[in-house]
Amino acid sequence: MLEVVQLECRRGDRLLFSALDVEVGGGTLLHVRGRNGSGKTTLLRALCGLFTPERGKIRWRGTPIAELGDEYHRDLLYFGHLNGIKGDLTGVENLRVTTTLDGERLDEQALWAALARIGLQGFEDLPTRMLSQGQKKRVALARLVLSRAPLWVLDEPFTALDTAAVALLETLIAEHVAGGGIVVLTTHQDVPLTSGQVARLDLGS
Amino acid sequence: MLRLFWCILSRDLTLALRRGTDVLTSLFFFVIVVSLFPLGVGTEREVLQTLGPGVVWVAALLASMLALERLFAADHVDGTLEQMLLTDQPRALLVLAKITAHWLLTGLPLVLIAPLVGMQYHLTGAAVGVMMLTLLIGTPVLSLLGAIGAALTLGLRGGGILLALLILPLYIPVLVYGAGAIDVAATVSVADTRPYFELLGAFLLVTLVFAPVAAAAALKISLE
Repeated sequence: MLEVVQLECRRGDRLLFSALDVEVGGGTLLHVRGRNGSGKTTLLRALCGLFTPERGKIRWRGTPIAELGDEYHRDLLYFGHLNGIKGDLTGVENLRVTTTLDGERLDEQALWAALARIGLQGFEDLPTRMLSQGQKKRVALARLVLSRAPLWVLDEPFTALDTAAVALLETLIAEHVAGGGIVVLTTHQDVPLTSGQVARLDLGS
Repeated sequence: MLRLFWCILSRDLTLALRRGTDVLTSLFFFVIVVSLFPLGVGTEREVLQTLGPGVVWVAALLASMLALERLFAADHVDGTLEQMLLTDQPRALLVLAKITAHWLLTGLPLVLIAPLVGMQYHLTGAAVGVMMLTLLIGTPVLSLLGAIGAALTLGLRGGGILLALLILPLYIPVLVYGAGAIDVAATVSVADTRPYFELLGAFLLVTLVFAPVAAAAALKISLE
C-alpha cells in the first residue's frame, strides 16, 4: 500500500540515502533502523510530505502522495520528535484539538477514556507543562488510541516512556497492525509483535 | 468546518488568556507610542489635531506588527503547527481562525482604546467615531496581511526585522486611507469619508479571501 521508489534525500550538501526502494503492505510494521544522522527522521518526514525528496516517488495506494494531498492526510497519523502539545492547555484540551484536526467528532467521555487508557488518570485536567516528560509523551500518544488512520508514522515513540507505557504502546501498535494497518517507526529497541509481520529497513549501511 | 474554526479560535484565545502578558503588550505599546508625540512636539492644539490621525494609524501598524511574530512561532516550536498542516481539514480556514484570534487579541483592543487616545489629540467627537470605525475595518487587514509575512519568515534567524521590511510597505494603503478618513472627518465633514470606507472595506474583503490561502501555502514552504 505504501511504496517508496528510488528515493533520494539530501540535507544541504550531504547525501543521506539514495535509490531507496521499500514496499509496505497492510498489516505490517516497518522498523527503520540506523545510526544517528543516517536520515531516519528525514525519511519519515518525507513519507508524510513534510520534506521534499531530491529524487524518487512515494506512493500511497498507487498514487503519488503529492497528488493525493488531503486525502492522504486523512489516512496518515504522524507522531514527530516534538510532542505537538501545548503546555498551557490541559490533557483533555490538547486531545480535543488534535482529534478535531483529525476530523473526528468525539464526546468528552471518549477523550477522558483515551487518557485513562494511556495511563493519565488524575492528570487529565492539569496544564501539560506541569507534567513530566514521559507524561507529556503519553498525552501526545493518546491520539493513537482514538485514531482511525490506517498509516501511522512514529518517530522515536518510545523515548522518555517508562516500562508500563512502553508495553502499552507496543500493544497499541500490535493492535493496529493486527487490524490491517501500517506502522512505520524508528526506535533503537526491538518491537515484539504477536501477529502481523515486521519488516526492517537499515539506513546508512 | 465551523467546528474546526471554533476549536482553533477558542484554543488560541485560551492560550493567550492563560499567558496574559501577550495580550497587554501590544495594547500598552500602542498607548505609549501615541502618548509620546504630544510630549515631544508640545501641546499646541492645531499641531496635535493635524498629527493625530497619522500618529494613531502608524502606532496601530507598529503595535499590530509587534505581535505578528508570535502568530505561528509558538506553534512551530512545540510541533503543533506541523500537526495542523497534516490535517485533512481546510488549512486556509485553520489559518483564518488563528488570524481571527490574533485580531481579537491585538486589533480589537486598539479600537476600544481609541477614544481615550483621541482625547490627547483634541479630536472632535465625530472624528473619534470615524477613527474607531477605520480601525475596526483596517486592523483586520493588518492581521490578515501580516499573517502572510509571519508565515514566510517563520523559523528564520532575524525573522522579526525581515517581517517588518516585508510587511510594512504592504500596510501603506491602509495607513493612507485610514488616516485620510479621520483627517477628512475632522476638517471637512463626516459624510465625505464615505469613499475612504469603501476602499478600506474593499481591502478587507480582498485580504479576507486571499490572505488565509496565501499564508497557508507559505506555512507549508516554511516548514520544509
